[in-house]
Amino acid sequence: MANLFSVQAEATPARSRPQKGRPTVIVDDVHVVYRVHGGGKRGPRAGSNNPATAVRRMFGGAESSRGTTEIHAVKGVTFTAHEGEAVGLIGSNGSGKSTILRAIAGLLPVERGAVYTAGQPSLLGANAVLMNDLSGEDNVILGLLAMGFSKQEAKDRLDDIVEFSGINERGNFSSLPMTTYSSGMAARLRFAIAAAKLHDVLLVDEALATGDARFRKKSEERVREMLDGAGTVFLVSHAINTIVDTCDRTIWLESGVLRMDGPTDEVVAAYEEFVAR
Amino acid sequence: MTSAPLAERRNPELAALAAQHGLSVAGSRPGLMDYIRQTWRYRHFTNAFSTAGVVAALGHHRLGRMWQVLTPLSNAAVYYLIFGVIIKTSRGLDKQTFLAYLCIGVFFFTFTSQAVQQGVQAITRNLGMIRALQFPRASLPISSTLTQFQNLLASTVVLIGIVLLTGQPVRWEWLLLVPVLILQTIFNIGLAMVMARIGNKITDLKQVLPFVMRTWMYASGVLYPATLFDKNLPGPLAHIALANPLVVYIEIARRALLVLPKKEMVLTWHSLTILAVGWAVVMGIGGFLYFWRGEQEYGRG
Repeated sequence: MANLFSVQAEATPARSRPQKGRPTVIVDDVHVVYRVHGGGKRGPRAGSNNPATAVRRMFGGAESSRGTTEIHAVKGVTFTAHEGEAVGLIGSNGSGKSTILRAIAGLLPVERGAVYTAGQPSLLGANAVLMNDLSGEDNVILGLLAMGFSKQEAKDRLDDIVEFSGINERGNFSSLPMTTYSSGMAARLRFAIAAAKLHDVLLVDEALATGDARFRKKSEERVREMLDGAGTVFLVSHAINTIVDTCDRTIWLESGVLRMDGPTDEVVAAYEEFVAR
Repeated sequence: MTSAPLAERRNPELAALAAQHGLSVAGSRPGLMDYIRQTWRYRHFTNAFSTAGVVAALGHHRLGRMWQVLTPLSNAAVYYLIFGVIIKTSRGLDKQTFLAYLCIGVFFFTFTSQAVQQGVQAITRNLGMIRALQFPRASLPISSTLTQFQNLLASTVVLIGIVLLTGQPVRWEWLLLVPVLILQTIFNIGLAMVMARIGNKITDLKQVLPFVMRTWMYASGVLYPATLFDKNLPGPLAHIALANPLVVYIEIARRALLVLPKKEMVLTWHSLTILAVGWAVVMGIGGFLYFWRGEQEYGRG
């Protein structure tokens, strides 16, 4: 915790940056719906693996909702973020925080409403998927290429990324398949790959929560570096301290609905009161 | 999911604000030329991902990528056992030529069949990646087809060995393998793109495909000469049966590698060329357009 507070002191001047610059992200009444086939409502008749239901589903066409479970993850959220703002997103598990980040990144289609963004936002997630059968090095190259780096750039960055992730501290793991990694090592490598790129709009999804204390400190520094370079930062975290340290403004989502949007102190206070209840 | 009512529901003030500051709609479908450019820019990713597909599929086996050669070799051995030793059928060809003839059919058919069956999962199997990273999704069906292309190249090496062992001469015609491989690959990529978009919507398709592909195999003269269609089907039906792209690609590959008697050939070189190029162009362009039209849908659960 000590490092969190010391970093907070340094971050204070940054928080007094003039806000309300150019808008960089506009979220207009966004709804996001996940559809899962064959997810069943329970009950004697609703069992969707029941052949009769399945046949009805086939002939009912794709629009019929029978047997298709719809998960309405985000229900009409509206907000605008500006240049120079760091916005925290808080809420219970399943409140739609990560979903809305993916919608902003353009990775999930919105059911209704619209998301407008400046440039291509980059999502830095703890769960960026890697191929477990491949070696760490292959995954680094593949991840970088998928983020739009050229072959040469990817090769040039390989050593730095492996070094940053620290996976080679106990042997030459970078050339072994990722199935041999501990979950912490895999998470560190994922973070290191994702953090290799900078953007105007940066979306950080729980990426700070991975790895041990030492790596967490390293990764927080890296995110802070990105904060200085990026125009707008969104941060999803269950670690309220991280949000308080980094964000001027916080949005509280609950069950896919925007519950509160305002200065971090006020929103966090209200959220903590809600959680304590 | 039509775009008109979606646009009406948008708040015009916010849309105007967005337009004023040059913001674009997140996750909107890029224009066609843009999409082609993007797909080209991501070619290194596509290529690396296709190799990753081979390594990931075979990497945890003890013999690893040796299986790329061993699988077609074992297939050939089975066909030799059944058709060469047990049944002793050769359909008017001598026994050894018939073995090579069979293997060509099976290997080239497997290329398309695997491209289709991997293509249908190209989106659904990589949802995690799609939801985490922004890249043109066309890379996925293209790279899954290129994975199969790498497998076919390994099979072709085996095939050349079989052809030589069965006493066929080395000829200039072998070079015809190059255009036919390229054309079939383009055809397969287009087909895989179509399957990827449909498979993303209708996940049940994956279960039906093995039966569809088996039907297609019997319709493609893989285990017997396509001349049977000419002999046994009434005129117009025979024409349709022979226009089957797989009949065309397999026939070209067979004529390239083997010295066949005239009566075992279907179609003239002229119509083979037109059909081979035509299918590749139609399927390649059509598949790409169809896939691009759905670009913004990929990633929904």
